[in-house]
Amino acid sequence: MWDRRPRLSSLGPGMPGPTQPWAAVPHGRNGFWSPREAHSRLAQDNPLRGRSRTAEMGATPTNSRAAVDEIPDGLWGKCTKCGAMLYQRELERDLRVCKHCGFHFRLGARDRIAITADPDTFVEHDAALAPANPLAFPQYEEKLARDQGKTGLLDAFIWGECALAGVPVAMGASDSGFLMASMGSVLGEKVARAMEFAAASRVPLILFSASGGARMQEGIISLMQMAKTAAAVHRLGEARVPYLSVLTDPTTAGVWASYASLGDVIAAEPGARVLFAGPRVIEQSLKIKLAGGAHTSEFQLEHGMVDLIVPRREMRATLERLLGYLWSPPAVSGAEPP
Amino acid sequence: MMRRVRTSPKQSRWLPFEEPLQELDEQIHALEEFTAERGIDRSAQVAALRERQRTLTQRIFSSLSPWDQVLLARHPSRPYTLDYLRLIFDDWVELHGDRRFGDDPALVAGFARLNGKPVAVVGHQKGRDTRERVFRNFGSARPEGYRKALRVMHLAAKFGRPIIALVDTPAAESRLEAEERGIAESIATNMAEMSALPTPIVVAIIGEGGSGGAIGIAVGDWIAMQEHSIYSVIPPEGCAAILDTFGRDASRGPDAAAALKVNAESVLALGVVDEVVPEPLGGAHRDPPAAATALKEALARSLGKLKRLSTKTLLERRYEKFRRIGQFIEPPSVGADS
Repeated sequence: MWDRRPRLSSLGPGMPGPTQPWAAVPHGRNGFWSPREAHSRLAQDNPLRGRSRTAEMGATPTNSRAAVDEIPDGLWGKCTKCGAMLYQRELERDLRVCKHCGFHFRLGARDRIAITADPDTFVEHDAALAPANPLAFPQYEEKLARDQGKTGLLDAFIWGECALAGVPVAMGASDSGFLMASMGSVLGEKVARAMEFAAASRVPLILFSASGGARMQEGIISLMQMAKTAAAVHRLGEARVPYLSVLTDPTTAGVWASYASLGDVIAAEPGARVLFAGPRVIEQSLKIKLAGGAHTSEFQLEHGMVDLIVPRREMRATLERLLGYLWSPPAVSGAEPP
Repeated sequence: MMRRVRTSPKQSRWLPFEEPLQELDEQIHALEEFTAERGIDRSAQVAALRERQRTLTQRIFSSLSPWDQVLLARHPSRPYTLDYLRLIFDDWVELHGDRRFGDDPALVAGFARLNGKPVAVVGHQKGRDTRERVFRNFGSARPEGYRKALRVMHLAAKFGRPIIALVDTPAAESRLEAEERGIAESIATNMAEMSALPTPIVVAIIGEGGSGGAIGIAVGDWIAMQEHSIYSVIPPEGCAAILDTFGRDASRGPDAAAALKVNAESVLALGVVDEVVPEPLGGAHRDPPAAATALKEALARSLGKLKRLSTKTLLERRYEKFRRIGQFIEPPSVGADS
């Protein structure tokens, strides 16, 4: 069974990007995923699937969106939004989107890359970058160790080179299973390096954001990552290399107020929470109660803050089309454009 | 029996840790009133008490806790941006509005002269009494405030004037209307633009350096903090309310303040700011002109140094300044990374 494979963490930390054993499947009509392709990528022979969602989500009972995963080793789960019973394997095939109501479950960083990049093209960079505890913040190291074990990641973000429909790109994704993908030194450094790499190598950059905000345990240093990544976006812009920012659930606070909202084009998954200040912070600081559920992708689209909302199944094709409009890859490899 | 002495506004606001000072102060006032009413000279006793008060103040202020620093940074009598504009600068001309939506009184912007030389000044502004506090939105700037600040900073760059940013905000405004108008985008854009404005930028944290609200005008070439100011990724109470480390209990703000290392000395030690500007004994509010003199010296000195740099060097240094902030573990390359 796919959910009984060895966990990624058993591969040991600092492993380079995994080689994907599944065959390169040609992408379906218009680059959209056929259910079969999706399944082969997400579930079947993908060692990444060995990372048991059950174990991961079991450790975060506060994560209300993990309902499907709360049944241990369950083949069936309930959609958080519409309550429909979902066959796990079918849900994976549907890229973790409820087939009844379209609810988008969260996706781990490696899964995200796996369903977006051309097969067998992703080469991870900076895989060995690990978090420190610069403030000697209480309980930080325990939490890091817990989520490193849970996700098989050293921190909440991975990036690397790959191809998207044959076009070389740099691509990165956050993993909300790791300390809610809060931005600390590692995330900030990796995002900045990805941007500098994209500018220097002249390859477009695609970042999938998800974040609870700044990583409080790194204090003021985490706040500075906002300035660092924003400055790096500016340099990427000066190099005239496109940066596509994709917002996924949840993109909030320090990340939403830095690199995530600075994309040349900003796309968002449907129903993702996208907001500046979390309800708990607002209620605490302003002593007011918020109307729930206001800050979504759709809200941000309505107010002009994102360019388009793209269902997961269409994301790859949409990114490809957007790049087609913004980017002409150098004709000869290695040749500088005029 | 003598009526309890009514204290002047300047002395009416004592912080909890200043209680012994307050008692001494009341005794001094009682003696002074006695002298005035009865014509009996008690000046020797008053002088002795004043001396005791001074040494006691020194003792108390040499061992302030991070939470004491938070209270000092928020002291309702602390000089604000407009106070320093009167005390440090000449000929302040305030410019209003973001040319998009409105004018934000929580963030003032304009031009003034520092030692006769023209500079642009942007800064958060809190209110002194209830009415003004509401008018100034408690120093929490809205998107139009950040956009106004950026507009004026662009003016400064266009006409070759340096920029001084004075930071004093609990946090950026985060209610629904701010989200609708893009508070996150405005802060992100400010950071990106400020990272490349071709003119020297000096930033001074003069009170609360509150997370995104602060960094939205705090990207510069030289960052100073006044001795009793704080710089934090999140209000300590907010951090305590969110993290299970503090039992999700906002009243444990003092613990969070210590863990977050928000006081000026700690932030300097972390390499996030360049200088701590001394304040008069007891804090800037005890002697605003003296606080202003020290701040003026720091601003003028750092601007003088920056003016000698070429624009190219200036911008390279500014980028590197933020680029290098971050602490992580990176094993020496073992060839796993390309």
